Amino acid sequence: MKKIFLTLTIYFISLNSLFALIEVDITRGNLDPLPIAVSPLHVDVKSGEHEGIKVKELGNNISAIIEKNFKNTGLFNPLKKEAFVQKPDIAHLKPRFEDWRLIKAQALVTGKLLVKDGKLKVEFRLWDLTAAKEMTALAFTTTPANWRRVAHIISDKIYERLTGEEGYFDTRIIYVAESGPKDQRVKKLGIMDQDGANTKYLTLGNELVLTPRFNPTNQMVTYLSYFRNMPRVYLLDIETGMQEVVGNFPGMTFAPRFSPDGKKIIMSFAEDGNSDIYTMDLETRVVERITNHSSIDTSPSFSPDGKYITFNSDRSGLQQIYVMRSDGSGVKRITFGTGIYGTPVWSPRGDLIAFTKVRKGRFYIGVMRTDGSGERLLTENFYQEAPSWSPNGRVLVFYRETKAGAKGEGFSATLWSIDITGYNERKLTTKTDASDPSWSSLLSK
Amino acid sequence: MTFNTNLKNIFLVIFTTLILSACSTAKKSGNMDGDVYTGKETVKYLASGVPDRVFFATNKSSLTTASRATLRKQATYLRKNKKLNVTIEGHADERGTREYNLALGERRANAAKDYLMTYGISGKRISTISYGKEKPVNPASSTLAWSQNRRSVTVKVN
Repeated sequence: MKKIFLTLTIYFISLNSLFALIEVDITRGNLDPLPIAVSPLHVDVKSGEHEGIKVKELGNNISAIIEKNFKNTGLFNPLKKEAFVQKPDIAHLKPRFEDWRLIKAQALVTGKLLVKDGKLKVEFRLWDLTAAKEMTALAFTTTPANWRRVAHIISDKIYERLTGEEGYFDTRIIYVAESGPKDQRVKKLGIMDQDGANTKYLTLGNELVLTPRFNPTNQMVTYLSYFRNMPRVYLLDIETGMQEVVGNFPGMTFAPRFSPDGKKIIMSFAEDGNSDIYTMDLETRVVERITNHSSIDTSPSFSPDGKYITFNSDRSGLQQIYVMRSDGSGVKRITFGTGIYGTPVWSPRGDLIAFTKVRKGRFYIGVMRTDGSGERLLTENFYQEAPSWSPNGRVLVFYRETKAGAKGEGFSATLWSIDITGYNERKLTTKTDASDPSWSSLLSK
Repeated sequence: MTFNTNLKNIFLVIFTTLILSACSTAKKSGNMDGDVYTGKETVKYLASGVPDRVFFATNKSSLTTASRATLRKQATYLRKNKKLNVTIEGHADERGTREYNLALGERRANAAKDYLMTYGISGKRISTISYGKEKPVNPASSTLAWSQNRRSVTVKVN
């Protein structure tokens, strides 16, 4: 991702706000979301026109995105604007705290923006209404076309200030966009902002594509393509559209993921019907065999420090989850519960592994510690799998398929997210049916 | 080594026979033997009397007695048509995770390929491809559809 922000200046953080201010605990399911008022950003009257952008509505549009982001966390309750008592420009200068407290708001977001000479200048402030103090403030300049990202970055900053955790709003999701009847599905790579905006397709749908995953800098994607009817792992540069086959394997390669430093791709290679795990260094092209077993070893995922790999294998007879060192030594089975376990993905925080579990014909998404203890099943359905972590390790995105009728009618594939608390399950907005989601890291990091 | 292998094979045969006989007495109903499809609804033919596909149990890639009989017919047909090459497509039902199913389809396609090779068909004439759960022959979400989708299909390529 190009550095699109010209400047990013933190100009004021109140020091005495470091204690005794409002805090949102995100480690538990939140039954009492924090009431927050997001005042529309005041549009400076000196603002000029900008092609393709409704400058006058920009303040409202940005605050609407922030509100939607907050609402979707389940941690915040954005209050209705009709109840707002102060005009945006005045509130931004100095809110009358008692007026905002009257509508039961505990936090207030204010801001203003100026569009001039092809640039968008934005500033915002977060106020603690109970303590009557400014908590954080930020100003930045970018091109007006980036206005949606501005809204996401503001959301991230506020989320960080209120929860003490990194946000996940200025992110994208890559997925497989699906269309057509169930037995003649057309699949393309789709990419969108995490809130469903700015959908783009990266392949045309001429060949089957599956399981796209971002590299750590979100510039590259590795995925499985059936180009020329040869299922192989590919590497795609999102900006240039350049793509190449990963390695020179004489058979199917699949289930690719990047190593945490982005230098290697880990994947399965099927040789004479048997799938084992390999890595390929993208620079040196050196291929390393990591597992060598007569069972199916697939769905590998590195720990964030790169020292360990989790994967699923049916070496015990049924699909179970294992952990090994990144050189393939010290293989240890970590799931022993009833049912089968697959698609382990290591949390970006390193503390948990998310997985799919199948038991008595039902599919679960769950999390457990990296030694397999503390299993928690978050959601149950007819069919769901393939969890992917939000960059802060608090939310999972996965896909769900419905039960089809006798001719395949009623079938759908959709993306869903759920907090690792097990609360706040919600369907993501996508333009088409969708599966195999992969969450990017923060774009503006 | 040879002795050991032979011994293993004998055990395997005995074991399989035991399992199969157990299954056949247990639940054989309509188009299913256990959960392996035995019907003809989706089957096509490479030539008269030569079915193009065999079916598998859930999560398995082992060949049933019926599957072996079908593959021997395919081998006979391929021996007669020496210039013919085939691709064996391996498939899975929709009730597993996508990546595991890709591996399972590969294993099923190779189980069929290996069997054809033991009946004298050169491996050079047989390529394999796995589609995992991506190409169901029956799009329904039912036990019957899933059994029809757990399959390997031998397709002529020339």
